[in-house]
Amino acid sequence: MSASDITQYFDYIFMAMLLCIGIAVIRLRNLFAVVMLTGAYSLISAAWFVSLDAVDVGFTEAAVGAGISTVLLLGAMLLTSREADKTSLTRHAAAAVVTIAAGVALFYALGDMPIYGDAASAANTGVGMEYVNLTAEQIHIPNVVTAVLASYRGFDTMGEVFVVFAAGLGVALLIGLGGSKRKED
Amino acid sequence: MVEVLAERFNYAVIIILMMVGLYAVIATGNLVKRLVGLSIFQTSVFLLYISMSKVFGGAPPIFDYKEMAYDKLDPNAIYSNPLPHVLILTAIVVGVATLSVGLALVVRIREAYGSIEDDTLAEADYSLELEKGV
Repeated sequence: MSASDITQYFDYIFMAMLLCIGIAVIRLRNLFAVVMLTGAYSLISAAWFVSLDAVDVGFTEAAVGAGISTVLLLGAMLLTSREADKTSLTRHAAAAVVTIAAGVALFYALGDMPIYGDAASAANTGVGMEYVNLTAEQIHIPNVVTAVLASYRGFDTMGEVFVVFAAGLGVALLIGLGGSKRKED
Repeated sequence: MVEVLAERFNYAVIIILMMVGLYAVIATGNLVKRLVGLSIFQTSVFLLYISMSKVFGGAPPIFDYKEMAYDKLDPNAIYSNPLPHVLILTAIVVGVATLSVGLALVVRIREAYGSIEDDTLAEADYSLELEKGV
């Protein structure tokens, strides 16, 4: 039995935990519990990322997804409300119709996905593996993901910085950094 | 059919996780819970991408530093595909940025209307329009 088979069993555990958390989030109405469960969801998916050999994504998800997102959601929850209203039956029915339709469409497309773990699949033979072959001689750093992020696809990362800047600006304009002024009026 | 599903079991479960997130978005009127559902949906999409980049028997795409320094990298070593990792790293950060804008909007809505349940918001908007005589 190869090592890859063992990580597959980890995957099954993570899948079961994520499904349980997702269903709990739908059913719970206490927003504090919902927000903390999202943090747990992010953390478990970070563990799954590590088991899928994506260590950089794993620690970014643990730090940003499970850390910063949870703090933001907690702050927003404290500023707004602690309890969600009961959902009407018609809304549940509408949600069920939409999710089943979308799910069936996605399952229909499932056969076109590359086989899981296949090194020869179209997704894993293109430019991605080219980066692995070229990084050592061109960029001279051991981490291929960093090399692609900061060098080969540096423009994408610059775009990401713009998005983060625009989001920060949007939040500052919406909430207002000089909040005390408005109260004086 | 069974073979297709067995070879792509990960994707099938991740599709179900995505649909759980979508359900959470639609089946609640509370705006904070809706954003929580959106972030669950988003994390599931990240899982879909990272699953595709997995190569059985492969290592994380990081070289041994000493082997690289002495130019003795094993040309037959197997690594998982680094490209989806990079795309998802970007997506995680952008996801948090959009989440923060969404939450700022929710806080402003709460300041303006005193509620974050969309039924109440719709009623408040309707009565405002009636007052204005639109």
